[in-house]
This record gives sequence, structure tokens and C-alpha cells, in this order.
Amino acid sequence: MSQTSTFQIRTEEAPRLPAPVATSGFIGWARQNLFSSAGNTILTILGLLLAFFIFEPLIKFALIDAVWTGENRDACLAAEGSGQSVGACWAFVKAYFPQFIYGRYPAAEIYRVNIVYAMFAALLIPMAIPSVPFKKLNAILLLVVFPIISYYLLTGLVIGDAVILPIVETPYWGGLLVTLVIAVTGITASLPLGILFALGRRSHMPIVKLVSVIFIEFWRGVPLITVLFMSSVMLPLFLPDGVTFDKLLRVLIGVALFSAAYMAEVVRGGLQAIPKGQYEGAMALGLRFWPMMGLIILPQALKLVIPGIVNTFIGLFKDTTLVMIVGMFDLLGQINTSTTDPNWASPTTGVTGYLFAAMVFFCFCFGMSRYSIFIEKKLHTGHKR
Amino acid sequence: MTDIAATAEEQAINRSKMQISETEVAVELKGMNKWYGDFHVLRDINLTVMKGERIVICGPSGSGKSTMIRCINRLEEHQSGQIIVDGNELTDDLKKIDEIRREVGMCFQHFNLFPHLTILENCTLAPIWVRKMPKKQAEEIAMHYLERVKIPDQANKYPGQLSGGQQQRVAIARSLCMSPKIMLFDEPTSALDPEMIKEVLDVMVGLAEEGMTMLCVTHEMGFARKVANRVIFMDAGQIVEQNEPEPFFTNPQHERTKLFLSQILHH
Repeated sequence: MSQTSTFQIRTEEAPRLPAPVATSGFIGWARQNLFSSAGNTILTILGLLLAFFIFEPLIKFALIDAVWTGENRDACLAAEGSGQSVGACWAFVKAYFPQFIYGRYPAAEIYRVNIVYAMFAALLIPMAIPSVPFKKLNAILLLVVFPIISYYLLTGLVIGDAVILPIVETPYWGGLLVTLVIAVTGITASLPLGILFALGRRSHMPIVKLVSVIFIEFWRGVPLITVLFMSSVMLPLFLPDGVTFDKLLRVLIGVALFSAAYMAEVVRGGLQAIPKGQYEGAMALGLRFWPMMGLIILPQALKLVIPGIVNTFIGLFKDTTLVMIVGMFDLLGQINTSTTDPNWASPTTGVTGYLFAAMVFFCFCFGMSRYSIFIEKKLHTGHKR
Repeated sequence: MTDIAATAEEQAINRSKMQISETEVAVELKGMNKWYGDFHVLRDINLTVMKGERIVICGPSGSGKSTMIRCINRLEEHQSGQIIVDGNELTDDLKKIDEIRREVGMCFQHFNLFPHLTILENCTLAPIWVRKMPKKQAEEIAMHYLERVKIPDQANKYPGQLSGGQQQRVAIARSLCMSPKIMLFDEPTSALDPEMIKEVLDVMVGLAEEGMTMLCVTHEMGFARKVANRVIFMDAGQIVEQNEPEPFFTNPQHERTKLFLSQILHH
């Protein structure tokens, strides 16, 4: 070419081609991700070996060698001299199952706890599925009606001399019931409280700000065990004679305030991520503080910090086990006491109990985690700027 | 710069349609001063805007032009002097501030649409919550204005799915849904691609032709020539020069104005 020119013109459209055929299928995927180089191949094999050494004994213990039926400890003891190893003693869990779920709740009244469980599930599940209608009614039932009804169902109802539902004192509550009561109350109370304190901490009003900062820093600065001890041991000393609070109630308040402080900081993180323009856009339209917060700022801020919120929820759920320290029996506490029952004492009873506790806690926490991911995806409106 | 081509004749016709009131004052700034900390950002601002006037404010960055129009709906607070909007003086009185914000619409450089709401919800939010309008009616009004800015088919999308020009047109429609008496524009086209500037300016021109009182911070000189009846030049927190567009552009008086115009018009 003798001629050099900056001029160029396209005379025909470049064809739109399909993407190159990917190395698809399992073999292609494995080759690309697991065996792409010698080093990766070694790592893959090591990983598989590690997984085998962890899961093989676990499956053997929990399923293959496990004892599923039996009346007492004899079932879970290896026959003498047989040399057989003993697996999980599920018969123990089966025998103690009602205690794990209801604690020492009187057997005749257990139907009341079941009603509460059923109501909770019946209201929570449609609430959690976005496509189910009547969300407003559902929310009112779940957040207002349900707590009132379950309060009377669980504690009992006496009008004048008429005993409609016999009183069941909270020391008789236990197991999963206590775990759920503390966790659910803590979760539902801590979110709104946390939002209020987060807004308070960012407020321009000095007193509101000061109170919020003191509250948050105080509750974040003390360990939960201290809070529980203070509320159950120290608080009664300061109250005038004759004034008593139920211990469970004191624990509930302690846990709720404790997690509200954490929640406040999580929510504050979300609030700080909202650009100033959103406030200005809302203000320029004439929205006042609360509509602006409720309709524009908080929906966006809370969405941003869903992982943090759920993190706090999960932490709270697992922290309920600490109530053991003040003599209340949540699921783990209940299992812990049951393992000392001489009727069921065997080398694997304790381990089986804790394995069961782990499974229950994992189900709840994993459920919350997956649900939060689902909601995050659902709320994503593709607005990354 | 997008030049909106218009012959002198056309301009004259357009301008004759835009009635300016001789008695009704829309916005009045009297001896207004503002400081950021120790820094004196707005110095002795005196400006009277009559009903139906279209004012273009230009000036170098940091000259206080955005700050000035943001004071008009109290997104910024002034420290001395008076701001009177539609007969109400802006003070610390929250009721007055609410009242003024209801009557003053504003469009921002970065649109500030609410990303978690659909276009339609963006437009109906303020009428429903501020004007207490029934949802149905608010939606009808919103669709009316979305048609006017030529994007009714995007009503159920989210802002993130729209182009910048479309978003800014939604922002204008959102303000119009409150039927404001005064519109403030804070560099509405500076964040847009060249191809999208025109579609936004067209909407603004239409608005001006209907007699909306407008204060626009913009560097779109074509727009200024076509619709403005006054151009204000600001520098270092002061109003340095103001004039009708033709003499302003062809015969600037102040040295600073001359320098500024030579910088932006010749490149």
C-alpha cells in the first residue's frame, strides 16, 4: 500500500456471531476449575482426602453405627467384648425429645405451646413469601395479635376466680420454647429500637444524640453474661421489697437492649452509605423528616445492611444459650441437663445430645441466612450507579 | 455546548409567548449572605425574580451559583439578609420551609431519583405524602407529566434501568407532579452525554414556554439565548453582572465576565 490515510469507512455490518462454544459440561467445568494445573490437581486431591477424613467418621457415627431405638442406656452400650464401636445414641434424643422442645412445661398444657408454635409458623411463612397477599393484615396479626395471644397461652389466663388457662410459671418453661421466645422477642424488639438509636446517633439534636451514644456505647461495652447476671441477680437487690419482675422478662429486656445496641451500629452503617442527594431529593419535594426517613432513606439503608442485620440476628439466636448461666434452660441447657440422667448415661449420650443441639441451631441460623440472601436478590432493583 | 439553533425571529415569537408579570414577585433575595464556617460563600446577594421570569445563572465553579439557588428552598441555610419566596420569608420556621418546598420544584445535577422506587412511584410519592392526594389521582397526574417528558412507557421500570437523559426527564416530571410555582435547576445537563442533553433541554424549553418561573444554573448558552430573559454571572460569591442574553453574550461589561465568556465560547 503506497497510500497512507486516516480515512476509513465501514461498508458492511460486522456479523453478530454466537459466543465461542464454552468448555461446558461437568468435565469441562472440572478441567477448568479443579485440574487446570499440576498444583491445582494436587490441591483438589488433598481437599477431597480431607473431606473424606472428616465426613467418613461423621457419617459412620451419626448414621451407620447409630442406635435408633431403645428404652434406656443399655441400647446405647456396645455389647461387652464385641469390639463393636458405638455410634450416636438417637434413642436418647427420641426419649427426651418432648423435654428438648417444651422443657418442664406441664404435660397437660403442652397443647398450648403447640398452638403457639403452629400460629407462629402459620403467620410467619406467608409473611416471608413475597407473593402471598394481605401483607398488612398479616403483619398486624403477627406483630400485634400473635404476641398478645401467645402471652396468655404460654403464661396462663385467670379472670377473677375463673381459671381459663392454668398459670404456668416461667421456671417451668424450657428447651426450644425458651430459645425461641428469647430469640424472637429479641429480634423483633432490637430492629426497631436499633433503628431509633441509629437515627438518634445521627441526629443534630445534642441531647438525643448524647443519649443514643451513651446507650449504644454502654450496651456494647458490657458482655452479655454480665447483662444477664445483672438483670437476674443484681436488679432484684435494687428494687423495693415486694416488687418483682419475672426472671424471663428481665432476661428478655436485657437481651433486647443488648442486641439493639449492635443493631443501631449496623443500621448507622447503612445510613451513612446513602448519598446526600437522596436526602436533598426528598427534602426538595417537601417531605418532612419521618416520611423522608421511612419512605426514602431507611428502605435503602436497611437493604444495604441486610447481611449485617441477619448477622446480628444469628448472633442473638446463638447467644440465647447463655441464659443457662442464670439458671434458665434453653435448648442447649435442657440437653446439657438430660445428658447427666443416669438412665441414659453412655459414652456417646453427651455427644449425641450436642450433635442434636448443633443441628437444630444450624437449621434456624442457616434458614435465616438463606432467607436474607433471597430477600437481598428480590430487593435488588439494579440501581448501582 | 449544545447549540439550540433558532433564528432571531423564532426566538422573538417564543419569547413573546412567555409572559412575565410586572407586579408579582416570585423570589426575592435581599442583602443575603452565607458562610461555610469562616468562608464567605455568598456576599450581599440582591436579586428579584418576577413571576414567569426565566433566569440563567452561570459562572466559574465555586462561584456560589448552586449554593444560591439551594438557599431558595432551604437546602442551604443563609445567615443574614432575607429570602422571600412566593410571599413567604424563609426563616427557621419549619412550617414556612415546608410550605415553600411544596411550591418550589428542584432538579439536580445527579437527578437524585429514588432508586428503590419505580418511575411512577417516584412521581406519585410527594403528591400522596405531601399533598395528601388519593393514589389514583396522583398516578393520573404522574402519567400526564411522564407523557409530557415523553417516557410514559418507562413508568414501571426502576431509575437504574434508564439512561441519564431519561432519568433527568423523570426528575423534571417528578417535580412537576407537585405543580410547583417556581422551578430550580442545578446544572441539570452537566452529568449527561452530549446526545442526551438535547432531550432534557427540549423539556425545559417547553416548560419555559408555558410560563414557568425558572432559575437555571447551567452552562448551556444556547438554552440561555433561547429562553432566558436574564442571564446572571456570578464570581466569588457575588453577582458580578446581569443582563438580557443578547447584550450579555455579545457585549459583556465586567472584565471577569469577558474572561469567562471567552473561555467557554471559544474552544
